[in-house]
Amino acid sequence: MRRIIYLDNAATTRARPEVAEAMLPYFTEYYGNPSSVYDFSTPAKKAVQEAREIIAGSIGAQAREIYFTGSGTEADNWALKATADAYREKGNHIITSKIEHHAILHTCEYLEKHGFEVTYLDVDENGVVKLEELKKAIRPTTILISIMFANNEIGTIQPIRAIGELAREHGILFHTDAVQAYGHLPIQVDELHIDMMSASGHKINGPKGVGFLYIRTGVKIRSFLHGGAQERKRRAGTENVPGIVGLGKAAQLAFATMEERARHESKLRDYLMDRVMEEIPYTRINGGRTNRLPNNANFAFQFIEGESLLIMLDSKGICGSSGSACTSGSLDPSHVLLAIGLPHEIAHGSLRLTMSEENTKEEMDFVVDSIREIVERLRNMSPLYEDFIKKQKR
Amino acid sequence: MYTEKVMDHFEHPRNVGEIENPSGMGTVGNAKCGDIMRIYLDIDENQIIRDVKFKTFGCGAAVATSSMATELVKGKSVTEAMTVTNQAVMEALDGLPPVKVHCSLLAEEAIHAALWDYAQKNGIEIEGLEQPKSDISEHDEDEEY
Repeated sequence: MRRIIYLDNAATTRARPEVAEAMLPYFTEYYGNPSSVYDFSTPAKKAVQEAREIIAGSIGAQAREIYFTGSGTEADNWALKATADAYREKGNHIITSKIEHHAILHTCEYLEKHGFEVTYLDVDENGVVKLEELKKAIRPTTILISIMFANNEIGTIQPIRAIGELAREHGILFHTDAVQAYGHLPIQVDELHIDMMSASGHKINGPKGVGFLYIRTGVKIRSFLHGGAQERKRRAGTENVPGIVGLGKAAQLAFATMEERARHESKLRDYLMDRVMEEIPYTRINGGRTNRLPNNANFAFQFIEGESLLIMLDSKGICGSSGSACTSGSLDPSHVLLAIGLPHEIAHGSLRLTMSEENTKEEMDFVVDSIREIVERLRNMSPLYEDFIKKQKR
Repeated sequence: MYTEKVMDHFEHPRNVGEIENPSGMGTVGNAKCGDIMRIYLDIDENQIIRDVKFKTFGCGAAVATSSMATELVKGKSVTEAMTVTNQAVMEALDGLPPVKVHCSLLAEEAIHAALWDYAQKNGIEIEGLEQPKSDISEHDEDEEY
């Protein structure tokens, strides 16, 4: 197989071998249904409980506040829809931001069609929610604030504690989509006043198809899937035992290695950003230089389009992603890049590279050399660059 | 996601570049949507397309359709060039994913825009050619910046 440089860890990660190993017995040996009475199902039951305890411990919660789901998206849908449903009597207003993941934004749009009002907060040029705007947006009818912990495209970390405090002061529930942050940044739900939090297994070197929603004790939230009595009757469906075991193992390893990984990844990230900015003109960094996830770099290269760049990087074995329209399946580039004020044509030329502990400095060198060569090639093909150069000469 | 032919034309695009003092030039598309194509034509006194060059800002399909369109019109008369439709470009590329069909339309429009420019400059009419709606060529050389 040709050499692959995988720099799309915000999309998904490689499951650790220890994770896969931990999961295997729960397919073939301990396959009993955790809801069954006989002793044969006890290992499955115990394994689910152990995973729950590991995860609860990792965020300073109690085991009974962790609810396993099929994905981060499901956790987001659940948090929003079920809260809306349960607190309808209190009010119909929800506050979120313009740079949330579509799992939040499209759920909010759905709720708007069902009688709810949603405020989508602006962000500053680095993608940080403006607290003053948040304060102003709060109404007597506000029942929920949902702001992501860290952005999936530009890596911006939100002032979660301040938002949590504000929500608490006003008696409003606070949900955070922590899919990109969980296992990468320290999170303590009590300190940060988080009432609900979504996370996903496959972003932390765990398996796909499993996530969880933390729900603080006392939050009145309805069941999302109706059926059996699993997950304290709040999320029916036979537990994905191997997936849950894998998620637990992945969480355990992620928290044990967090500092070390963050140090390694942020060093690579800064090296990559420094070299790109020094060597490739007409380029900008999207998101702040420091207040971002340790493994996230996001650039916009003027005069070129992201999909072309991705295909050419792919031919060199480099996996990245872009917020261009062509990669989003619509005519508009990424809503996140537009929200931080990028003009459309520049947003089309964005490139996101997200590292893991497996990446090396040598790989970053190869990546920068490749980007420089490809950007130059695409610019020489671009009528926008031609016009720009002609105007400069005048 | 792309056919081998599309990848070939994307990775090795034919006729990239500019023509100085072209017989006709057309630019279509919109930077906002992420596609802009510019075609330069060099047309001889017998109305044969002697040379053609292109520049494109856009995705893989946008580059490949521009490249293929230039190949298809090269050496043809201006009336023959009118038969190079988006269908013809797509067929020559062994097809495009449905979301990329608009790229082939843009390639057709770019050729038409360049032919229109040529026809206007020379006071001739090319059968079936209408004024392109989306020509965004910046003819105004003194535009303020």
